[in-house]
Amino acid sequence: MKIIVLLKRVPDTEAKILINQDGNGIREDGVKFIINTYDEYGIEEGLRLKEKVGGDSKVTAVCAGPEESTEVIRTALAMGVDDAVHICDPALAKPSPFTIAEVLAKAISEEGFDIIFCGKQGIDDDMAQTQSILAEKLDIPQVNNATVFELADDLSKAVLNRRIEGGDEKVEASLPVIISCEKGLNDPRYASLPGIMKAKKKEIRVKNLADLGFNEAPSSGRSRVLKWLPMPKGGECKMVEAEETVDAVKELARLLREEAKVV
Amino acid sequence: MEWTFTEEQQMLKDMVKKFVDNELRPVAAKIDEEKKIPKELIAQMAELGFLGIAFPPEYGGAGMGETGYCIMQTEIGRACASTATFIGAHQSIGSSGIYMFGTEEQKQKYLVPLAEGKKIGAYALTETSAGSDAYKPQTTAEDKGDHYLVNGGKIFITNGSFADIFTTFVKMVGGPNDGKMSVLIVEKDYEGFKVGKIEEKMGIRGSETSELIFEDMKVPKENLLGREGRGLLVGMKVLNTGRLGLGAAALGAAQESLKLSTAYAKERVQFGKKLSQHQGIQWMLANMSMEIFNMESILYRTAWMYDQGQNVTRESSIVKLYCSEALDRIVDDALQIFGGYGFTCEFPIERMYRDSRINRIFEGTSEIQKMIIARDVLHARDL
Ligand SMILES: Cc1cc2nc3c(=O)[nH]c(=O)nc-3n(C[C@H](O)[C@H](O)[C@H](O)COP(=O)(O)OP(=O)(O)OC[C@H]3O[C@@H](n4cnc5c(N)ncnc54)[C@H](O)[C@@H]3O)c2cc1C
Ligand SMILES: Cc1cc2nc3c(=O)[nH]c(=O)nc-3n(C[C@H](O)[C@H](O)[C@H](O)COP(=O)(O)OP(=O)(O)OC[C@H]3O[C@@H](n4cnc5c(N)ncnc54)[C@H](O)[C@@H]3O)c2cc1C
Repeated sequence: MKIIVLLKRVPDTEAKILINQDGNGIREDGVKFIINTYDEYGIEEGLRLKEKVGGDSKVTAVCAGPEESTEVIRTALAMGVDDAVHICDPALAKPSPFTIAEVLAKAISEEGFDIIFCGKQGIDDDMAQTQSILAEKLDIPQVNNATVFELADDLSKAVLNRRIEGGDEKVEASLPVIISCEKGLNDPRYASLPGIMKAKKKEIRVKNLADLGFNEAPSSGRSRVLKWLPMPKGGECKMVEAEETVDAVKELARLLREEAKVV
Repeated sequence: MEWTFTEEQQMLKDMVKKFVDNELRPVAAKIDEEKKIPKELIAQMAELGFLGIAFPPEYGGAGMGETGYCIMQTEIGRACASTATFIGAHQSIGSSGIYMFGTEEQKQKYLVPLAEGKKIGAYALTETSAGSDAYKPQTTAEDKGDHYLVNGGKIFITNGSFADIFTTFVKMVGGPNDGKMSVLIVEKDYEGFKVGKIEEKMGIRGSETSELIFEDMKVPKENLLGREGRGLLVGMKVLNTGRLGLGAAALGAAQESLKLSTAYAKERVQFGKKLSQHQGIQWMLANMSMEIFNMESILYRTAWMYDQGQNVTRESSIVKLYCSEALDRIVDDALQIFGGYGFTCEFPIERMYRDSRINRIFEGTSEIQKMIIARDVLHARDL
């Protein structure tokens, strides 16, 4: 079984995000980058599936991103992924989901696949679009926000729970299929130390747009990011102080009614 | 000259950090309170390769050398000194002797399960009358043909109550090496082996320290480590690596202290200003930062030298001496910044303050490190 896991290089959740001077990206100096958290669930599910199906099953990671993405790709290899394709081209700086899905579709088709796992969204720009556009390009079913994944014994179809507001929805999809993973699907493993030492020997096939048969970067679709703006500042905070708590509460109630006009 | 971690070393650091954030830091206070490292946590660390990180893969290790070991201990030391001490006693001093001096059979039989974390190791040198003057054990070993008959005991042995395999220092009686020191590999199941008193301690309370008693204990002849009567060499070589690892855990604790106290100073307001806006506090933070940079620099330079196969007797003593003393100054300042809150068990800095103190004592006190450094300086041909 040929299992593809998608991965994206994103800023660490703990990183302090500052917008760059041109307003078209973030300042990367001093920022640590990690595997998109939701992609880790996909990697784990892919590895578990390989362990379950056995035989000559193989997990291949596919990552489109700048040169520095090698670091997160190696981490996936250290977790147990067999090999990787790294799509890297200067023309892909700040790409749209549309562009990325187009190049991923090409690379994944060249690799061949039975099942694709990815995160439900990137924790950086929160678009949550790539997987759906990709499903469309590959003309295969998609199941988003999966929290439970099982494969039928004859390997013909997947049975999944997907998280919806207030509960889960149980769905069935025929293979090949693309599944976007939600928190709770599994507990991603740590890269083991022997795994880290082995990662260097695993193959990363680097491909640029020409290698994938593109003359130029694919169209970015119908929307365009105009500018990045910092988080709007929160409103002024007013501390209510009084000798007795009771008086403070009275004053707070008055302010809520008369000044804020919310009660 | 290059001064960066390799890609693998960086991945190792990230991975251990993640493990520490998710699994270790959340239970560090409990480890201290219950005076025990959970079995499941030890099993998980074994599974991930932590317990044999420095040794080559053919002996069950991860092949990441002393530098890799120090990177791991720095991250572990940030969260839990008890766990770092457990790992240090097991691997750095409890297994390294077998790696450096063991025969191929001894390595297969003992080092492999130790490195894989299937067995736990310990280092048994100290006795009631042999502390700093460590290489004068009163525990005796008599050659009885196919075995040594061992009598005596050890004190203050980290992991002593639950370890499986002990690198044990003894004095030969009779025979050609009468009065000289040897090292034996002792298994906990040997007849005549007994665990004595478990110490109550001020710090690293999650790391068990116990007495060992040997009564007519028979140790097979093939368990002699290195050459008979040449135990001093084993002791000195093993402690060279132990002292680096100790410096690494101290570095981690120092980094964490700076992080916690800086965050606190940026929140807490007194005299109408954040603590971080008072110059008196800023100078503390500056000092801590300077000492951490020193610790980091000498530690990783020495670890690198060690991995290059250079002799680091003087340097590892400098690392041990400097890092343990600097950490004590750093946790003291960090606690001071927390004021009264730092003295309460509400904040981890209280535990870190208690845990720091032992570093100036075990694996050779500060005074003993100075003796080693001075001896080397006085014998040096080129200063
Ligand atoms: C928690 C803990 C864990 C330990 N784990 C282990 C272990 O796993 N294995 C093991 O073998 N041992 C272990 N030890 C023992 C430890 O290494 C010794 O406690 C240490 O070496 C000091 O020996 P001592 O306690 O007998 O002190 P002493 O040797 O009695 O020293 C007392 C004081 O005198 C000073 N002093 C001694 N000689 C001189 C001198 N010549 N000049 C100047 N000052 C001197 C010392 O520096 C010290 O300040 C552990 C100890 C503790 C507390
Ligand atoms: C065990 C215990 C018993 C106590 N018992 C009593 C009691 O019986 N009655 C009572 O009233 N109180 C008591 N206290 C409170 C104690 O007096 C205060 O904790 C102490 O005065 C410090 O105040 P703080 O903890 O708020 O620290 P903070 O005032 O927040 O100080 C934090 C740090 O900032 C430093 N700092 C503050 N301002 C400046 C400045 N301008 N310039 C430079 N550095 C500055 C401080 O020196 C300290 O290092 C007790 C506290 C403890 C822990």
